[in-house]
Amino acid sequence: MDFQFSDEQQMLRDMLERYLDEQYAFDKRMAAVTSAPGWRPECWQAFASELGILAAALPESLGGLGGSATEHLIVMEAFGRALVLEPYLSTVVLGGGLLARIGGDIAARIASGIASGDVRIAWAQSETQSRYCLHDIQTRARRDGDSYVLSGHKTVVLGAPWATHLLVSVRTAGERLDREGISLLLVDRNTVGIRTQDCPTVDGGRAAEVWFDDVRIPTAALLGTQDHGLELLEPVFDEVVVALCAEAVGVMRKMLADTVAYAKERTQFGVPIASFQALQHRMVDMHLHIEQASALTWLAAMKLDASPRERSMAASAAKVRIGKALRAVGQGAVQIHGGMGIAEELAVGHYFRRATVIEQQFGSVDHHVRRYDALAGEVCHEY
Amino acid sequence: MNIDYSAQEQRFREEVRTWIAEAYDTELREMMVQSKNGFLDKEGQRRWQKKLHARGWAAPDWPAEHGGPGWTPTQRYLFQAEIAAAGCPPISPMGIKMVAPVIMRFGSDAQKARFLPPTLASDIFWCQGYSEPGSGSDLSSLQMKAERDGEHYVLNGSKIWTTHAQWADWMFCLVRTSRDGRKQAGISFLLVDMTTPGISIDSLPLLDGPMPGEQEVNQVFFEDVRVPVDNLIGEEGQGWACAKYLLEFERGNAYGPSLRYQLDKVRQIAAKQPADDGGRLLDDADFRRRLLELEIQVEAVNAAELRIFSGISSGTSIGAASSMIKLAGTETKQLISELAVEAVGPQGWPFIRDTWAEVQGRATEPRPGPDYAGALLPRYFNYRKTSIYGGTSEIQRNIIAKQVLGL
Repeated sequence: MDFQFSDEQQMLRDMLERYLDEQYAFDKRMAAVTSAPGWRPECWQAFASELGILAAALPESLGGLGGSATEHLIVMEAFGRALVLEPYLSTVVLGGGLLARIGGDIAARIASGIASGDVRIAWAQSETQSRYCLHDIQTRARRDGDSYVLSGHKTVVLGAPWATHLLVSVRTAGERLDREGISLLLVDRNTVGIRTQDCPTVDGGRAAEVWFDDVRIPTAALLGTQDHGLELLEPVFDEVVVALCAEAVGVMRKMLADTVAYAKERTQFGVPIASFQALQHRMVDMHLHIEQASALTWLAAMKLDASPRERSMAASAAKVRIGKALRAVGQGAVQIHGGMGIAEELAVGHYFRRATVIEQQFGSVDHHVRRYDALAGEVCHEY
Repeated sequence: MNIDYSAQEQRFREEVRTWIAEAYDTELREMMVQSKNGFLDKEGQRRWQKKLHARGWAAPDWPAEHGGPGWTPTQRYLFQAEIAAAGCPPISPMGIKMVAPVIMRFGSDAQKARFLPPTLASDIFWCQGYSEPGSGSDLSSLQMKAERDGEHYVLNGSKIWTTHAQWADWMFCLVRTSRDGRKQAGISFLLVDMTTPGISIDSLPLLDGPMPGEQEVNQVFFEDVRVPVDNLIGEEGQGWACAKYLLEFERGNAYGPSLRYQLDKVRQIAAKQPADDGGRLLDDADFRRRLLELEIQVEAVNAAELRIFSGISSGTSIGAASSMIKLAGTETKQLISELAVEAVGPQGWPFIRDTWAEVQGRATEPRPGPDYAGALLPRYFNYRKTSIYGGTSEIQRNIIAKQVLGL
């Protein structure tokens, strides 16, 4: 049993935090958020070349450094701490994760693009009739010669305005909620016929509505086997959920640290507000939330190569515990900061908005308790 | 024990309901639904308040001698309940609810004549200069100086979290006129014309992401601002008593009716939102259970308020019970806003800065997502203020502990 990072992993974290402390200081992030593009290509390039993190978790077979889920934990927690905007999660964890499983030419080509910083992937999954169910898909892909013809509408596609590729979950067979008949296509963002409407998101990011109006995609865009996309996606989805949990840990640790520092400095009634027992207890409760949620996240990372049932239960358990922690820590941080906590000019409010989005991202607490329940069902039958 | 209203009271309620149905027009209604912070813009507020004023209903708590409608406590409650049940805009409280009672109690006849009628008619827009960067919960530690110079006070300092200062014609301000003795004893209550030279205003946008000019709060700076001594309310050093009077005057703002309205909005959203199984979120067992538990909590808050209000006679204050009402009402309001965020899910993530673009004819492209989604997360963020303003939840708990439980 080992919850420690190796020396190399510690170095990765230190190097990344040093870079982010400088390049992702709060005012620099705000400038990026309010700029027209909403991101910084030079940061993404630094992730690729200077820091080498885009390749760190890609397998050696794809030209990466052969890292694992632990590298994702380190990167994502550091990104959460700095509220990084650029799309590591959908590009490296999701995209890289899928490519590592399918191998072959497309994987090698795209992975090399990920490592070099030339490829950025956005996940076009949600639709207007869907909530968190991964197989609630109505976007259709009809096979026509050596093309698929896509039609449908994907909603709130995070990072789409910055993406070179869209990972699109489509239905190639079956009806709306069927688990079978789903295919994953890695589509060039500039394909003729793709229409988008960009918008900012409440947490400082960017997203888009994406419409496919009879768009022709080469069949080479297919990842894995047609109609069996959900089977390919599900283990990687757990990796993505765990990585998101790690980002949440970074967000929460920063909110608590800022809150403790603020409470020590802010005086009212002649004393620092940190001396009030009610506030101390609340900060302690926030600390406990973070400790438990982060430990369960690391456990889930270690179970990513366990049996599918154990892996998925661990990932959902982590997302549940993280979800509850995000709300408690976020609300506590804002409350203890008083008026400053809800003002745009202070960082804590921005962390709170990101925390609010993460809580629902890839499934709410309710959704993941239900997912855990469905998997736990077998155990309960023993009683 | 009786929960029925008399026939007369029921007729009154009908009369209010009928008037609201006519007066609360579609544009105002839609703006309220799309409001990210629970307010209209300045013009919308003025328009609504002028309608109430024309009907004689702008100031239900004012004595008849100054233009109040002369209602019983039950009528006041029923009026407020109907207003809330229809989702009507809130009255800007600074004028009618805050400075006016102080002027009535402590002001001279000349001050009453000058300020009360235009306040009632919403011809003066007021803001409140209380909190300072160094004085929030500990308000009596305020530092803003008012030094006497002939027939003027000269003001230097700054006020913060000043609601709608950018729209205000006048400010009522707590200033420090003396440093002798206890800190409360050196505070005075001064009325300040916002066009006086030396006043500048900085917008303080909150997490709801307001349009320029629509921000809820500001920081106001005073540099050698000359205010006539005629604008002093009461005596020098009586300012803290004026501020405390307002707390005692508090007849009780009921939260119950508006909480029911807000929860009903969540219900409507859940009826339109999809669940994981393809059905309605409203029929999802987990969501439904939490909605119903919150409904029960709203009824509990409502019942507690009714019991408190029915126990007071006209003219008496509700004392420390106002702390319990504020604490429970605001925390429940926050829970409802949280449930709305859960209900809308990812469709609430796109940020719409100008949520009034459609209703005011400015929209250039369709919104991403359903029309109800744009205001929900901003409202959730904005409503974190409710456990902070008007005395934080921590302060309210301290008051209840001391004054109700004797701890």
